[in-house]
Amino acid sequence: MKQHNLHGSVLAVLFLAFFVMPEYHDGVFARIMVLAVYAVGYNLLFGYTGLLSLGHALFFATGMYGLALPMQHLDMGPVPAFLTGLAAAAMMSLAVGFLALRTTGVAFMIVTLMFAQAGFLTILYFGEYTRGDEGFVIQQADRMIAGLDFSDPTTRYFAAFCIFAAAFLFIAWLMRTSFGKCLVAIRENEDRARMLGYDVQLHKLLSITLSGVISGASGAAYAFLFGYAGATFASVQYSILPLLWVLLGGAGTTIGPLIGTAFAFYLVDFSSEITDAHLLVVGAAIVLLTLFAPQGLAGELRRRLFAWLP
Amino acid sequence: MRRQDSSANPVTRRRLLKTLGAGTGAIVAGSTIPGLFRYAQAQSSEPIKIGFQVHRTGIGAAYGRWYDRTTQAAVKRINDAGGINGRPVEIIAEDDGTDPKRGAEVVEKFATQSNCDVAFGTLFSHVVIGSAPRAGELKIPYFVVSEGHHVASGMLNRYTLQPGITDVKSQVEAMGPFVAANLGKKVAMIFPDFAFGHDHRDYFTAAFEKSGGQVNAHIAIPPTETSFTKYFPKIPQDTEVLYHVMVGPAVLTFVKELGEFFGSSRPELFGFIDSLEAVDISSPGLEFLEGTYFWEGNPRYAQDNQTSHDMNYRQAVGVDANGASVSDAKDVSTYAHMFGCWETLNIIKAGMEAAGYQGPQDRAKLIEAVEAMTELPLSDDHPQGAKIFNGKTHQVFGHQYITRVTEGKLVLAHTTSIEDTFYPDEADYTSQPF
Amino acid sequence: MDFGPHLFLACLEGAITAAVISLTAVGLSLVFGIMRVVNVAHGEFFMLGAIVAWWTATSLAGHPAFGFSAALVTAPLVVGLIAIIINRLILVRLNYDPERTIVATIGLLYVIQQTALMTFGPDARPVEPPFNTRIAIPWIGFGDSGFELIWPWGLATTTYKLAVIAAAILIVATVWLVISRTRFGLIMRATQQDGEMATSFGIPVRRVYAIVFAFGAALAALGAVLIVPVQQAHYLMGGDPLLLSFIVVIIGGLGSLPGTIIAAVIIGMSDGIISVFFSPTLAKILATLLVALVLVFRPQGLLGRRRA
Repeated sequence: MKQHNLHGSVLAVLFLAFFVMPEYHDGVFARIMVLAVYAVGYNLLFGYTGLLSLGHALFFATGMYGLALPMQHLDMGPVPAFLTGLAAAAMMSLAVGFLALRTTGVAFMIVTLMFAQAGFLTILYFGEYTRGDEGFVIQQADRMIAGLDFSDPTTRYFAAFCIFAAAFLFIAWLMRTSFGKCLVAIRENEDRARMLGYDVQLHKLLSITLSGVISGASGAAYAFLFGYAGATFASVQYSILPLLWVLLGGAGTTIGPLIGTAFAFYLVDFSSEITDAHLLVVGAAIVLLTLFAPQGLAGELRRRLFAWLP
Repeated sequence: MRRQDSSANPVTRRRLLKTLGAGTGAIVAGSTIPGLFRYAQAQSSEPIKIGFQVHRTGIGAAYGRWYDRTTQAAVKRINDAGGINGRPVEIIAEDDGTDPKRGAEVVEKFATQSNCDVAFGTLFSHVVIGSAPRAGELKIPYFVVSEGHHVASGMLNRYTLQPGITDVKSQVEAMGPFVAANLGKKVAMIFPDFAFGHDHRDYFTAAFEKSGGQVNAHIAIPPTETSFTKYFPKIPQDTEVLYHVMVGPAVLTFVKELGEFFGSSRPELFGFIDSLEAVDISSPGLEFLEGTYFWEGNPRYAQDNQTSHDMNYRQAVGVDANGASVSDAKDVSTYAHMFGCWETLNIIKAGMEAAGYQGPQDRAKLIEAVEAMTELPLSDDHPQGAKIFNGKTHQVFGHQYITRVTEGKLVLAHTTSIEDTFYPDEADYTSQPF
Repeated sequence: MDFGPHLFLACLEGAITAAVISLTAVGLSLVFGIMRVVNVAHGEFFMLGAIVAWWTATSLAGHPAFGFSAALVTAPLVVGLIAIIINRLILVRLNYDPERTIVATIGLLYVIQQTALMTFGPDARPVEPPFNTRIAIPWIGFGDSGFELIWPWGLATTTYKLAVIAAAILIVATVWLVISRTRFGLIMRATQQDGEMATSFGIPVRRVYAIVFAFGAALAALGAVLIVPVQQAHYLMGGDPLLLSFIVVIIGGLGSLPGTIIAAVIIGMSDGIISVFFSPTLAKILATLLVALVLVFRPQGLLGRRRA
């Protein structure tokens, strides 16, 4: 019950925040919610299933280009393009999962990293269509669904809110199903889960596919709501970011991804206002946090105050 | 044979000054007559805030540092001469990490948090393209200094302008005739395998073939690469000219390995200075560049025919005659690009004064004022040379310089006319609503 | 260029890449193999080594060989010392927990990069090699008068690049000797196989970790000193060596030094050879996929043993 209340209140706060926050933070939170979806997807695989991927930028970028390329070159409408992005991310993560899940631990990290790197280079290789690193703009005129202009701050905010709420509630629900409990069992002790008769490989494959689709949804939403697709989002850096967000926020918690994404953003934003050496501040903050809040922010809340936190 | 800067004749220039282009010249005069723009000053003495998106960290940091120095110098000069409409200019600088996501966030911050009047200064194309949609949506004029073709191609929007630096398409096309006439007819091209490199490939190849030459190889290097020798055998042996352009921290390795590959039997080399921007030409291993040619947006070494404008500009920014910092001879500037910040700020000033700019409500008027500009004469405001602004495509056109490495210095060999850099319009931003 | 000389040149370049990778990877192999922590900042130790080398070389006048030799001593020492401090201040407190180490070293990466940016600056700065002569390489071709020695266009390397290969072999051999023949090597191996067991035999595991961490960082710095005359010092140069050495260590098989070397050679050579047959970016894509597929079909690495 407390969990329902928590999830309800988080969403209520996000919904109401739009009407209270200054304009700048409305824009910021629209982006944070879209990127938090990416972190939610990453958290499913890393936080709940215990698989550390270093290649999630591939799924994010697949969703992004899955939406952006058909819109740019085939004049596809946003809704079918968004579905194309999800389908592309599903196929990509299924294929990567099929191969990469033959490995575990650090080898899994490397394999996913290499696939993502190959994906990044492929985007550059087909520069004729993707415009490579430079990327391309999705024109404001194309970012309309049923007369609603998604470049408008209000529409964008609530679009971001909807997609975040969907991903957030989906994971909260999934983790209460037997499927979700099995993922956690795999994380805790893979051999025992296998002995209990679970098909561990199948569960892992489904987990990586779902994780890939959610990450892809985030990429597609980013391209659509912020009007840009570029190869930077497929680079190694964007594979490390969700890991960082999830670990900062609290791996294996439902609200951790949102907290981590927001925290990381404001850390950069505030420190770069104060000093040119903002990376120094960010780096030091990350180090201190790992020293003094080892479970991430949400994990720390759970440990110290609210043991029931999901 | 050599065509020198045609803008040396001030009489014809002045006759051509039209409408708001005159604003630029008038400001120079006006700033020496205090009180001319007092009417505007009376309204507000709040500073004009210019949001400066700067590459302090990330791959663009070497450029960002010089863009910063140039911007500070230009703003000091503007403020010393009375500011804009009598109001002082304040720069709100923020790092974009040379990243398109952070770039967009920084533009949002300028528009909605720090209440900047305009945003300015971006160099790397992916940051421009990632940020420009946000600038358009937030309706904040966004003056980029990127040399990308993204503005003139029509991909961006009415709020994004590039009035201070020419674009890669015009630069590259103007090189075709020179290379064909002076260096050779068979060219192999080496370029980075991303959009900037592809622009070089497409536009140079077309221009060169029009001049009767032939490009016999395109070698696209993946941008993550740090060693290059293994790709050089793909250069056909009968190549007469090797056209090279590279960017990023590995540029010096690239040029050195080129020298080691060819030894004493190199073809003619024609490079974009991007391959060696912020790198000392006298670095060990670069001796073989002697006698090769470079495109430069603005000659790094002070030339024999140096104008007083270049002299003043160099002094204001703190650059010596060799293009290095006056305080550290090893700290080489990004001289071929950074003048764009200086000139863009002067355009912003001229535009704001022509539009009678008071505050954010006048942003559309500012854009219209800049769109109305045409001729920008060689002056202290435009020390790189005279330029022509195309209001429809939001892109400026200007002279390009070709220099030759002579005794370890880059010596001017050819200056193109502005007309050499023209190509048909690909966009008309003035038809877009505000 | 003809196919034969082209392939040979590509192999030679591949060998140089392999030498460079093995130098950076040996240090990581020790840290990763023995301490089981992923040090994301390992590449930054490499970068710091290059920067210290630049400082040493430019602050000493005289023949370039003098400054370079001095850098061979100063860079590993300085970077090793920094590593000891980081180990004491951070890693010990994290109890070498794998996940927390990853996050903490990401933080460290930012701190070190920003510090380098503020002190060293954003430019790529070259160090002059102690010697560097271009050597044209002869080739046996079939001419009008039968087989003859020819000097193909562009087939060349430099003395310094060859010296890097030699130095890599020397350093790797030394490390191998230390591990296999000395008492300290024995202790390291014991710690690697079973930390708890080693503790109960009275081995000061924590001190071994500190020394291994410093030693690994010093090796990365040494690799950087050797490479910086070919590739300049730059504050972002740490990313590539980190990824490559990470890959090499896994492909080789965790904690297997011979495996690390074999993997470095395979990756370096395949990078060179594949570039002969495909356009550069396509070659990179294929080389990257090759690495992934090797691991997919041999997850324990080439010389690693499959865990029961």
